[in-house]
Amino acid sequence: MLKEYRSITNIYGPLLIVEGVENVKYEELVEVEISEGILRNGRVLEVEGDKALVQIFEGTRGIDTEKSRVRFLGRGIQMYLSPDILGKVFTGLGKPRTESDRILPEKKLDINGSPINPFARDYPNEFIQTGISSIDGLNTLVRGQKLPVFTGAGLPHNKIAAQIARQSTVLGKKEEFSVVFIAIGITFEESEYFINDFRKTGALQRSVLVLNLADDPAIERIATPRVGLTCAEYLAFEKDMHVLVILTDMTNYCEALKEISAARKEVPGRRGYPGYMYTDLASIYERAGRIKGKKGSITQIPILTMPEDDKTHPVPDLTGYITEGQIILSRSLHKKKISPPIDALPSLSRLKDKGIGKNKTREDHADLFNQLYAAYARGKEVQELAVILGEAALTDTDKLYYKFAEDFEVQYVSQGDYENRSIDYTLDLGWKLLSIFPREELKRISDEFLVKYLPDLISEDAAQTT
Amino acid sequence: MENLGRIIKVSGPLVVAENMTGSKMYDVVFVSENMLMGEIIEISHDRASIQVYEETGGVGVGEPVYRTDMPLTAELGPGLIQSIYDGIQRPLDIIYSRAGDFITRGIMVPALSREKKWVFNSLVKVNEHVEYGDFLGYVDETTLIKHYIMVPEGVSGEIIEIYQGEFTVEETIAKIKTSSNIIDIKMLQKWPVRKHRPYFKKINSDIPLLTGYRVIDTFFPIAKGGTACIPGPFGSGKTVLQQQFARWIDANVIVYIGCGERGNEMTDVLMEFPELKDPKSGEPLMKRTVLIANTSNMPVAAREASVYTGITIAEYFRDMGYSVALMADSTSRWAEAMREISGRLEEMPGDEGYPAYLGARLASFYERAGIVKCLSKKQDITGALTIIGAVSPPGGDLSDPVVQATLRVAKVFWSLEANLAYSRHFPAISWLNSYSLYNDAVKEYFDKNIHEDFFSQKSEAMTLLEREAELEEIVRLVGIESLSGAERIILLAARMIREDFLQQNAYHEFDKYTIIEKQYIMLKIIIHFYKQAIEYLNIGVDINKIEKMQIKEAIARMKNMDDKNMDKIKSINDKIDIEFEELRTKEEI
Ligand SMILES: Nc1ncnc2c1ncn2[C@@H]1O[C@H](COP(=O)(O)OP(=O)(O)OP(=O)(O)O)[C@@H](O)[C@H]1O
Ligand SMILES: [Mg+2]
Repeated sequence: MLKEYRSITNIYGPLLIVEGVENVKYEELVEVEISEGILRNGRVLEVEGDKALVQIFEGTRGIDTEKSRVRFLGRGIQMYLSPDILGKVFTGLGKPRTESDRILPEKKLDINGSPINPFARDYPNEFIQTGISSIDGLNTLVRGQKLPVFTGAGLPHNKIAAQIARQSTVLGKKEEFSVVFIAIGITFEESEYFINDFRKTGALQRSVLVLNLADDPAIERIATPRVGLTCAEYLAFEKDMHVLVILTDMTNYCEALKEISAARKEVPGRRGYPGYMYTDLASIYERAGRIKGKKGSITQIPILTMPEDDKTHPVPDLTGYITEGQIILSRSLHKKKISPPIDALPSLSRLKDKGIGKNKTREDHADLFNQLYAAYARGKEVQELAVILGEAALTDTDKLYYKFAEDFEVQYVSQGDYENRSIDYTLDLGWKLLSIFPREELKRISDEFLVKYLPDLISEDAAQTT
Repeated sequence: MENLGRIIKVSGPLVVAENMTGSKMYDVVFVSENMLMGEIIEISHDRASIQVYEETGGVGVGEPVYRTDMPLTAELGPGLIQSIYDGIQRPLDIIYSRAGDFITRGIMVPALSREKKWVFNSLVKVNEHVEYGDFLGYVDETTLIKHYIMVPEGVSGEIIEIYQGEFTVEETIAKIKTSSNIIDIKMLQKWPVRKHRPYFKKINSDIPLLTGYRVIDTFFPIAKGGTACIPGPFGSGKTVLQQQFARWIDANVIVYIGCGERGNEMTDVLMEFPELKDPKSGEPLMKRTVLIANTSNMPVAAREASVYTGITIAEYFRDMGYSVALMADSTSRWAEAMREISGRLEEMPGDEGYPAYLGARLASFYERAGIVKCLSKKQDITGALTIIGAVSPPGGDLSDPVVQATLRVAKVFWSLEANLAYSRHFPAISWLNSYSLYNDAVKEYFDKNIHEDFFSQKSEAMTLLEREAELEEIVRLVGIESLSGAERIILLAARMIREDFLQQNAYHEFDKYTIIEKQYIMLKIIIHFYKQAIEYLNIGVDINKIEKMQIKEAIARMKNMDDKNMDKIKSINDKIDIEFEELRTKEEI
């Protein structure tokens, strides 16, 4: 029998204090019964003497100090699992959203998981073709990577995430990705957009949806990503599946973290976010990857809104310090009608080097992207110069870079929502765009590849020497 | 047991226990029946605050705390090399084989194998007098490392027995008769990690520790036994640099600490180092490497310990006379761990919530670097410990307290900048903001071993880069037209220095490492081009022609040439002269 307490003494924000408790454990799951059958869930944040500090996921509204009864359940929050979770919808706390989402569990797992032993990890190195040139060509995603999308309010991040989910394949492999879609405080509309898209492509049967929407309790968002990732780990490492996890929007998660920290009156870190936010985010993002000897993998695409488009805001900043690169969307490209508005320069996939090259994408890939980046970076600089001085003031070479940057955005970055480009197409497009430059500008590409992939130039050179 | 502590508070990694009278600061304790390891970090009356090195979920008030009355120690002895440890020196490979893919709590595994036998070769004779730090013998731990067994602290006397043959680390290899008793010496020794290991004296470091990075070795060198910091925003290349150092730096032993960073980065090292060959010996790099991995998702308090575990192991190899390089990626995560614990202790917060002692802790860590004369009076042994720490300031902002505190103690500052990284200028080390305080100390080495004009050449190059920054300002305001021919040549040469010398691709077969001789030649060729360009401009050659010279391509490709073909590289010098002559003849000057 669980002991019941009617000794709530303080309630403030999402927190309450229960006194006179015995044997309460840190991180333990708590149930508060407000009145007959109306339950709230919580977890223990701190125990001291006979006092327990409890955080309530669904908010403290309706809880009082007299009648509300508190039970400590002697375990952490668990997710009930079986292969049937595919196609089902869960709440942000991992409960079935409707009757039809109920499953017969084969297993229960604590949603906090345990850290993967670095020694057990296998390095992610299998190229995922997303069909989007600015990702495949320049910010290559690999299976087991965590690659967030940094976006701003009103930018088409959902379209990109849906396109990635729709088009991702591993060349030469048949397995399709299972999708774990984790909605954290996004609107009903946004979430419907994804669900409809999954439905249309038939991905819904291969998906687990964990939804905490904008009008769901804010503090529940602390648990939501963990619930989803527990599903992902189960599918990947126990059921051999390749899982693509979409988490959106991590900024809402961080807001919840901030709220609790403020209620606890902790010394705030930058901009009011708690000092331990890095560690907390890491406990989510690091639940991606591959494990030696296991067939499955977890690839994470977290989406987060940068407040005021500011990349140095703590949420994108700390995320960038943990993830393996980032895809950054740009408002100015969006205004120029470049879609997807992926800003190639500050975007980065850190694992690309392991996923590209001979036998993976193509031998010339590495040199090619180095050159494309350098040329685009210079092109953008030149464009800035031209704004001040006028195009006429540019040198001949700079004019080439100017044109290159324009073409690159329009032809390479921009593409249709349903346009699924093969990696060869993407690479060849890169060569085509570079072919406007004289050869000595293409310093980053080795001779061998220049000869092989830039046929026009060789004949020109040959003509010069004869 | 009456001597048990009793938990009265659990708050994340911090546990407070009562009935702890008699325990000492930094004593190790085990918390709850799960035996979670922790360390006492504050004492008040009979209460002790404990930072726990494992997750404390499920721990509650009333549970026991077991004392050890011993400080946190590192195990030192054969078996360290090629290991991968967590922050409190538990071997992750053994944990993997016992517990599987995920790290579970309360696992106790000794750092060094108790079963493995090592061949011990003695270096002393019976009746010989030995003291603390003297070598008793050695074990060929790997093909690269002779692991010397030293007389432990507090022991001096006559050897009365010395053995030879195969032993485990716990078996006696010698007996020493001290003034009071007879001591059995084993290969396994323990050292409290928070205490620095003593040496006879520190000496000045004036030999560069070559890294193969041109921007570092030529412009901002680090000395053996020196200290350096690499601050930079996320994605600017700190880890790539640190890992490149771990691969190619000119040291005997590498200690690499992944402190609160990504799991995959450690996996990368683990999978690659056994394959990669040390260029000098041809042996796998792993055979000189010790890895400490306390990744960001592993318990926070153990991050704090990982730095101390790592440096103690590094000092131990230094004491054998090796040049040891320690890489810590990232010290910011260590500082954050300190901040978290300090917050839970409700200490008075300093800047950005960091504890007031942040600066002192960082300083005493970097102070453990240096070139030292080791303790042994028998042999003249010099060991070096170089520390290179990455710092990850929020938003790349250098006013961050961790950056500032580090800059006060580290002597080299490699400033990684986001705008360089975005334009794929790697390593993204700013040539205008970085500095090395070892420049004067290592000058003599470069003068003697490379060339007496090594320094004047590099300051010429630096002047060009500084001029470039000024000129670019002008171009931005009024356009390139306003520049004189000579000024345009400065821009041309500076761009060569940036793109063809400073930029270096860590993933290119030949470019990833440049021997110092080649660095010298490369820069010489660029400076030669610059001088010739000015000269031919002065006799009337058209600046536009100079800007379009063919030779630029050959210069750009120097870095990708094998350093075994030094003559081929050197020949570019003559080709420069030839092309300028051609220009002159064509223009009939
Ligand atoms: N010397 C280099 N040559 C080529 N590419 C590089 C080099 N240095 C960095 N890069 C590129 O930059 C990426 C990011 O580098 P790295 O992971 O070292 O950043 P970091 O500063 O450690 O970031 P964080 O603080 O988030 O850990 C690498 O994945 C690689 O693509
Ligand atoms: Mg890093």
